[in-house]
Amino acid sequence: MYVAAEGVEHHPLVPIWQELVIGSIAFALLCFVLLKFVMPRMEAMYQARVDAIEGGLKRAEAAQAEANQLLEQYRAQLAEVRTEAARIRDDARADAESIRTEILAKAREESDRIIAAGRESLAVERQTIVRELRAEVGGLAVDLASRIVGESLADEARRKGTVERFLTDLESAGAR
Amino acid sequence: MSGQLVAAEGLPWPPSVGDFYPPDLAGPWVTKFTLMIWLAVGLLIIFFMATYRNPKLVPSKGQWMAESIYGLVRDNIAREQMGKDGIRFAPYFTVLFCFIAVTNLFGVTPGLQISPNSHIAFPIVLAVITYVMYLYIGVRKQGLGRYLKQSLIIPGVPWPMHVLLIPIEFLQNFINRPVTLAVRLFANMFAGHLILLVFTVGGFVMLASDNIFIQVTSVFSFLMAILMAFFEVLVALLQAYVFVTLTANYIGTSLADGH
Repeated sequence: MYVAAEGVEHHPLVPIWQELVIGSIAFALLCFVLLKFVMPRMEAMYQARVDAIEGGLKRAEAAQAEANQLLEQYRAQLAEVRTEAARIRDDARADAESIRTEILAKAREESDRIIAAGRESLAVERQTIVRELRAEVGGLAVDLASRIVGESLADEARRKGTVERFLTDLESAGAR
Repeated sequence: MSGQLVAAEGLPWPPSVGDFYPPDLAGPWVTKFTLMIWLAVGLLIIFFMATYRNPKLVPSKGQWMAESIYGLVRDNIAREQMGKDGIRFAPYFTVLFCFIAVTNLFGVTPGLQISPNSHIAFPIVLAVITYVMYLYIGVRKQGLGRYLKQSLIIPGVPWPMHVLLIPIEFLQNFINRPVTLAVRLFANMFAGHLILLVFTVGGFVMLASDNIFIQVTSVFSFLMAILMAFFEVLVALLQAYVFVTLTANYIGTSLADGH
């Protein structure tokens, strides 16, 4: 520190005009450089950051919403598919049941038909056989009797009636 | 200087206004004070150019520091005082804040030890810029007549009161504002330097005393000087903040529609 130059004691509230000039120029230079080259970028960066943060949040929210919507959609679809599957299963079960009964009914009918046909043919056969047998047995018996008796009785209608009656009696006795 | 006690080591005692006017280095244009102003301008340009040469969305440490200062001024001063309109003034406020803060901090910077703002010329330059700014903006926004009416006439007051109020409002808005703006900054820096001088130089003066008791007491003087140096850091930043806040407030009232 030095003692001020002798004589002129400067009043502190009186500005030194050279300092006013230097201060103005220096501060103007500072303002020019910083306001032109630095501060606009700083504000731009500030905005960019705000955008980035808010934009990021917004994007995250949108993604979340979309995910929720998709989840909801998938759930709905899943439920739909489940009911559809259940319906198909029920349908299939019902179909199978109806097919089974149908086939069963058809089979029963067929078997009934076959049995009926069998019975019928059997009855016809039997009758045919009975008829043939009756004729044959009658012939045989008459032959036999005529051989035993030694004379032919074949032409006599009276005797024929006797054989017929005898056979009928036999048949009814057998059927009983 | 009569009655001045020049102690050992050639320290001037008591501190006086003369301590604020060291001899010129090379004429009135190149002095310690003008060099400090250039130094502040250079430091700030280098700092901002270096930290903001290649700004990234995710900032580096330097960029983050520069942005913190800008963010402080933008959100805590410009937007607080002026609302959304204030943001376009934030760049200038940031430059102003940094310039005042750096020049104020020179007061506690080793090797410099005095703030340029303890010479009233520099606060005057800054206050005049603020003054011109808020007058110009007020007139441009509202027109001369409406701006004067808004600045001078308080609505809802009985008319005889205006005889008193108009001069008061005139004094308040057009004279006191710029003067107090400049003087507040100057006086704080001036007083701060004086306090540091008192305790530091006073300590040395006491140490050079013949009395052992006074020599021991000098410890308290040095402690006080250290304490006041920290206090000066606070004052330096606070005064920068106050200057910019008031500037924002004045421009804000020029932009506002009501009284």
